[in-house]
Amino acid sequence: MKRHDFRALNLRTLWQGLIRGDGGTGDRIVPPTGFTAHLTLFSAAAMAFLAVFALALALATGRLADRWSSELAQSVTVRVSAPDGDQDAYTQAVLQIVQATPGAGTPQKLPNDQVAQLLAPWFGPDMPVDALPVPDLIEVPIISKDFDPEGLRLRLEAEASGAVLDDHTQWRRPLVTAANRLRAFGIISLILIAAASASMITLAAKAALAANGQVIRVLRLIGARDITIATAFVRRFTHRAALGAGAGTLAGMLCVALLPDMQAAGGFLTGLGFQGWGWLMPLLIPVIAAAVGFLATKWAALRMLGSVR
Amino acid sequence: MIEMQDVSFGYHVGSELLMGMTLSLQPGMFHFLTGPSGSGKTTLLRLCYADLLPSSGQLKVFDQDVTELGRDEIAMLRRRVGVVHQDTQFLDHLPVAENVALPLSVAGQGVDIDAMRDLLGWVQLAAQARSYPPSLSGGERQRAALARAVILSPDVVLADEPTGNLDWEMSMRLMQLLIELNKSGKTVLVATHDLNLIRATKAQVSARVLRIAGGTLHLAGADL
Repeated sequence: MKRHDFRALNLRTLWQGLIRGDGGTGDRIVPPTGFTAHLTLFSAAAMAFLAVFALALALATGRLADRWSSELAQSVTVRVSAPDGDQDAYTQAVLQIVQATPGAGTPQKLPNDQVAQLLAPWFGPDMPVDALPVPDLIEVPIISKDFDPEGLRLRLEAEASGAVLDDHTQWRRPLVTAANRLRAFGIISLILIAAASASMITLAAKAALAANGQVIRVLRLIGARDITIATAFVRRFTHRAALGAGAGTLAGMLCVALLPDMQAAGGFLTGLGFQGWGWLMPLLIPVIAAAVGFLATKWAALRMLGSVR
Repeated sequence: MIEMQDVSFGYHVGSELLMGMTLSLQPGMFHFLTGPSGSGKTTLLRLCYADLLPSSGQLKVFDQDVTELGRDEIAMLRRRVGVVHQDTQFLDHLPVAENVALPLSVAGQGVDIDAMRDLLGWVQLAAQARSYPPSLSGGERQRAALARAVILSPDVVLADEPTGNLDWEMSMRLMQLLIELNKSGKTVLVATHDLNLIRATKAQVSARVLRIAGGTLHLAGADL
């Protein structure tokens, strides 16, 4: 088969395979049933089901990375340690320094009860904070891009030696890195699912082509061009891939919708799902599955018909 | 139409089944190709519709050297050559009418229902239009194959042992259809080993009889 023939297997063929069932005789020349039909439908449905979850994971981790990144970047904390009796003076000095820092909002010293809450996981709820040499914590909101954490750190070192600036980098970086990696895993999973789908559809198409060797021979004897034969197979498999993926996508979306309520369970997993317009994204999966089926069958038909006279 | 010049063919290298075939099918003529079983009649027909290519010599179909044709060009050539295969070669999942119309479908042409009805009536299969090939008798299958072979109005009709499994009455009914085709101007080549059939046909139409024996082709002449 000439390569230019296969250009005729274009988006129109893909669209017809996507929206049409078996059409006229031209499409029905391929026997309608068989093992490969069920195999293609099932594998497309299963892969689409998995793709919905991979997509949900990628979107959720993306949101998580953005949220962690933005929330933790909105403030810094200054930890003030001082010798006995000088704590208040040190803290006041630090507050003055911070107030004079460009880009920093009004600093706020955390009250002792909040500090006690922060320490509760380690020391228990009944810990007497006043009796311990616990440093004061000053939360500094960042209100503009002029804020220079490195400059503030150097000034604190020079003018308030017991004060340490924590811009949350040591917490934020690994969390954001983890979230970004999870997002990458989700995207890689989607790519692998597409590749596995293409492989399975290629195998199914090859099996169908081989099983229908007699059909192909008859068609050739009556003057069918390879493009005509290939189109019948491509349309059939494109349609099956779209149909199976549609069912798998709907099932996957239903399962995601039935996940526990976000507020009730808490934690990372509750963010797994789609939000707003994100619910439209899984609807692309059947279209992509059809495109994968189209390309895989086209490739298989190109090779098979080209190798047999 | 179909011209062979010193054509040889063998399924295995160094073992020629057909040797030095020189043949010219005359337009509008009725031809018989006869010879014992295994002599190469089917092979010669397959060469005529480019299902096989000669190992040497020159074979021209409609003035085109088949060895120089691409796959699409061969497909186009086959639309001008109607073939009735010995084993009929149907798609069993399609009803008779769709099998008969298949050449139109693959050629991208629409089906004229009235013309289809006339064609099936001509081969006396109107009542079997919706039947599936496995349910047809041998004679019905051959007539359906003939209808499929002529639906694109080919210039040449080739028939490979079309009466091989038919009784005499059914054979003559089929031959009558081929004679009618020939009288309408089609060139016909029928491969058969049935000499009685050839004699009976020659009583109705002028026919050349070609005989394959020992890998070579001879004009059998009037002794049949």
